[in-house]
Amino acid sequence: MVVPYKPYGQLALLVLCLPPYRIIRGVDIFLQQVANGLTLGSIYALVALGYTLVYGILGLINFAHGEVVMVGALTALAASKFLLAAALPPAVVFVLAFLLAAAVCMALGIVIERIAYRPLRNAPRLAPLITAIGVSIILQQLAMMLWGRSYHAMPQLLPEMAFALGGVQITVIQLVIIGVAGLTMAALLVLVNRTRLGRAMRATAESPSIAALMGVDANRIIVLAFLIGSALAALAGMLVASNYGIAHYNMGFMLGLKAFTAAVLGGIGNLAGAVVGGLLLGVIEALGAGYIGDLTGGVLGSQYQDVFAFFVLIGVLVLRPAGLLGERVAERA
Amino acid sequence: MAAATDHQPLLNVANLQVRYGSIMAVKDISFCVTAGELVCLIGANGAGKTSTLKALARMIPAGGEIHYAGQRIDGLPAYALISQGLALVPEGRGVFSRLTVAENLAMGAYHRHRPDERAAVQEDEARMYVLFPRLAERRRQLAGTLSGGEQQMLAIGRALMGKPQLLLLDEPSMGLAPLLVQTVFDAIRSVAQSGVTILLVEQNARLALTVCSRGYVMESGAITLTDSAENLLADPRVRAAYLGE
Repeated sequence: MVVPYKPYGQLALLVLCLPPYRIIRGVDIFLQQVANGLTLGSIYALVALGYTLVYGILGLINFAHGEVVMVGALTALAASKFLLAAALPPAVVFVLAFLLAAAVCMALGIVIERIAYRPLRNAPRLAPLITAIGVSIILQQLAMMLWGRSYHAMPQLLPEMAFALGGVQITVIQLVIIGVAGLTMAALLVLVNRTRLGRAMRATAESPSIAALMGVDANRIIVLAFLIGSALAALAGMLVASNYGIAHYNMGFMLGLKAFTAAVLGGIGNLAGAVVGGLLLGVIEALGAGYIGDLTGGVLGSQYQDVFAFFVLIGVLVLRPAGLLGERVAERA
Repeated sequence: MAAATDHQPLLNVANLQVRYGSIMAVKDISFCVTAGELVCLIGANGAGKTSTLKALARMIPAGGEIHYAGQRIDGLPAYALISQGLALVPEGRGVFSRLTVAENLAMGAYHRHRPDERAAVQEDEARMYVLFPRLAERRRQLAGTLSGGEQQMLAIGRALMGKPQLLLLDEPSMGLAPLLVQTVFDAIRSVAQSGVTILLVEQNARLALTVCSRGYVMESGAITLTDSAENLLADPRVRAAYLGE
């Protein structure tokens, strides 16, 4: 899946595009935005990995993936409330709530694959795309019926402490997000690049019928990709709800779209690309939101944060459709 | 892995049919391969040879009955065959271009994952590098960067890593320089001598008949001739149609 391609040119360009030096009122503010961006970017990266894992093997964009993140967030939220009421310590609640959310999301992932994608495995490519959007709408509506339209407050499970590093404030939850996401992604890269199962995943991504000749059941590999992607989605949902302190039935749409942008930015189908794309998009967004007021003389405020992700998406699709780490030639045999 | 008895063929194909839409690519053919044999299926481009092999490997749907090692396998999924000892080296080699040479070989041994098999798998990998020294030099290289001949060696090596009892080879000489064809066929001969039964599909009839003991001639989806390699090489029809005489 990974082709050695060094995106130094692109990275240099991006650095040059960062807000001009004169606007940077202080290095502290700049670094603060970078830290916020890396936090957000870690979450994008976790979700982007789910898109890219499935795309790498099936050539399918699982547009329902954002809703799986939402289900993960709301399940984790409900589980946290329930477990806190049972007087468990918050750290234990955090872990248990994640495990529950992961179990629910993994089951959901399997059901989505079985019902919406497997029957259309050999159908024209547009068909599974439409069912993906259908599943997405169904999940959103179900979540609305189950949890209502209101925003739910995520219980505070981690201490509200913040550390000052230089002039940068980093909260415990930010450290947990960056740390947990980093470790999870490292583990996934080891799984895919260093283990027998990962080898089978890469082989199936290249050619399911040839991999079958070696004894690989493509369906099991596809289910595995959905399982891993869904567990990562549950983690991302739990982390994003903890970060913002809220969750609601409609949160998956924008998050999913941005993570998809991150996957495309990094090169969809490429795991390292999803990580790079996610982190980069998070930083671009945070810096954009932080400086848009200064750049436009106060006309546009940070509520325009979402605009940057889609500028990035359009830019990548126009200038480098294969993404930063993507392959330049058609990738599927 | 049940061994076939002396009287029973290892592979017995009865009334095999393959159709693509309304076109019959393979028309009701029957043939067999006995354990230890090196048998070839020769014929022109489009005669249905590759379809036959693909049907045997369960890569495409087919009618008829396929018995292998005394067991009917035409209901099994493709991925279940290698653990029964049946391996296919597909047309166009089919190496995993984004995996390294060593990883491709490891994929060949995918189904041999029990811890007590680890040493044997490592031994087999070392044996592949002896059989194909070119691969040893390139073991850390991505398979997509190999030449056609090297990819063919890798494809054969990868199939052998699965410890097959029956090896199906699809056009191993295709697109290779004459010198490499020699290397590849030397390897095929030594694999056969090591006790692996081989069904070889080839367009290059002369080459195939010189390594095989027996052959089937396929023409527009049907088997039209079958005999010992010696007799086929001498047969005027074969000489005219396939040996360019």
